[in-house]
Amino acid sequence: MMRTRAGAAVVGAQMAVAATPTSRPLLRRFRRVLGLWGRVTFGFLVLVVVLAAFPRIVVRHDPIEVVPEQILAPPGAGFLFGTDQYGRDIFSRVVYGARASLGFALIATGISVALSTVAGTVSAYYGGRLETLLMRTVDILMAFPGILLALIVVALLGPGLATAMIAVGFGQAPAFTRIVRSATLVVKNQQYIEAARAMGAPDMWIMRAHVLPNVRYTVIVLMTLGFGASILIGASLSFLGLGAQPPTPEWGSMLGDARGYVRTHWWVPTLPGLVLAATLLCINTVGDQIRDILDPRLKLQ
Amino acid sequence: MGPFVLVRLGHGVVVVLGVAVLVALMIHLAPGDPVIVMMGDAPVQGEQLQIIRRSLGLDRPLIVQITTRAARMLRGDLGRSLRSNRPVAQDIARVVPLTMVLATTAMVFGIVMGVPTGVVAATQRGRWLDSQLSAFAVLGFSMPTFWTGLLLISIFSVRLGWFPTSGQEGFKTLILPALALGWYAAGALARLVRSGMLEVLQQEYVTVARAKGLRETLVVLRHAFRNALIPAVTLATVQFGSLLSGAVVVETVFGRDGLGRLIVIGILEKDFPVVQGAVLVTAVIYTVTNLLTDLLYLRLDPRLRYA
Repeated sequence: MMRTRAGAAVVGAQMAVAATPTSRPLLRRFRRVLGLWGRVTFGFLVLVVVLAAFPRIVVRHDPIEVVPEQILAPPGAGFLFGTDQYGRDIFSRVVYGARASLGFALIATGISVALSTVAGTVSAYYGGRLETLLMRTVDILMAFPGILLALIVVALLGPGLATAMIAVGFGQAPAFTRIVRSATLVVKNQQYIEAARAMGAPDMWIMRAHVLPNVRYTVIVLMTLGFGASILIGASLSFLGLGAQPPTPEWGSMLGDARGYVRTHWWVPTLPGLVLAATLLCINTVGDQIRDILDPRLKLQ
Repeated sequence: MGPFVLVRLGHGVVVVLGVAVLVALMIHLAPGDPVIVMMGDAPVQGEQLQIIRRSLGLDRPLIVQITTRAARMLRGDLGRSLRSNRPVAQDIARVVPLTMVLATTAMVFGIVMGVPTGVVAATQRGRWLDSQLSAFAVLGFSMPTFWTGLLLISIFSVRLGWFPTSGQEGFKTLILPALALGWYAAGALARLVRSGMLEVLQQEYVTVARAKGLRETLVVLRHAFRNALIPAVTLATVQFGSLLSGAVVVETVFGRDGLGRLIVIGILEKDFPVVQGAVLVTAVIYTVTNLLTDLLYLRLDPRLRYA
């Protein structure tokens, strides 16, 4: 940020600082609020992220290679989570699956947050016809609930992990745009914006220096919400055969393949699902806490 | 009351028109020649392409194509399936009741499980029971429905043999899919009802009701609950949308026919008219439900009638 610029910049920047909800360091506030349960979930998440980044720490077996001699071995000393119908170690696949799911969610969330931040701030800041056009488009896109918008994008671009990422990112964007827009509307009417404008600051500069920093908490909250939702929708698409394609290890597609083994081999569908559910649970819990700290107004959504 | 209803109706009509135009535009948004998109995997080349292009009207100006196609869709003509050659509208008409029954039953399960959970958690705020119930709620919407579905099958169908693993005949086949879907809705509802109740319980009229010696159960049910219900109703409709889209996954898990299953199979088989039709119908159902809820609001919250 260019706070050294004279006039508008200095006045505006000081007011922007004053408008920030609190000045206590973020990390310290976060630690204070985190209870025992919060620490456990946070720890689990850290573990998942570390394993996704460095799978070789724990993985001993190739997650893709087919080994006919060890098909459907139950969980035990050799294979922590047992093996699947191709003799692949389920634990290794789950660890590599974390990599696929987290990477997927990161990119999908990046797409949706980027799209919605631009569309939301621009439409609220400029208003007028542009806003009407953008928000009516959002209304129409939001008539396709949940996973439906992502399914439309997959139908257009064809199944696959890359298209599913775009699909999930695009699918979340309309709802996020609405939220960023309403956050921007609040900021837009503050006096420091008026002051900056009165001193002749260009629109682009005002948006970068005053609007964006003041909607950043909303955007961070959307990121955490979007991250969990992206993992869930991405896994759902892969489960349906529309996301990750075999033999790529991915949680959703593993569960899709496991459908035929519910009756006979309980560990094949149960254990990967358990890790997926635990990860989602932890992301939601940590996300809730981040939201409560950063932007309590979003609580009811 | 008049103006609000009219504005809301107008909004609904605009959205439905927009949805139809968007769906009509879909084949032009896909990369590649629209004729090839419309033909799926069928091997057509050269002259055939031109003939098909003309017969589908794909050689006319874009704006003409889209308006005529959108108008035709809204009249109920959704074209024919590329695979079965049956009219798409006929296939959809067959499965819509199945999905609606599934989503509605799931909604009922969600309300029955979620609302009391939220109310009790709020009255027990900060105690042991509250933390247990809240954990249940977070668990509800953290568990992916397809996994919940697989677990329910492995427990109630395989181990206990109470319900069939798949199929769509009779009420018994409905229970497990509706539970898998409804549990998700229950989690979200429970959380919203809890925070709504906590807010309402701090209002002055609740203190007054307590001060005049009313029994706590009556205070909670008659004074607090009614007012906490209003945000829950909005969420219930949003949830209905997520139930409709959640049906996509659940119908696959339990091998049931439905709108969602139709979309997935349509995408996998590159049967574009089927995808278009099913997507359009789902969006219209969702829009109409949203409209109905907003009207239901007027009954629940008399303050709005004069706004």
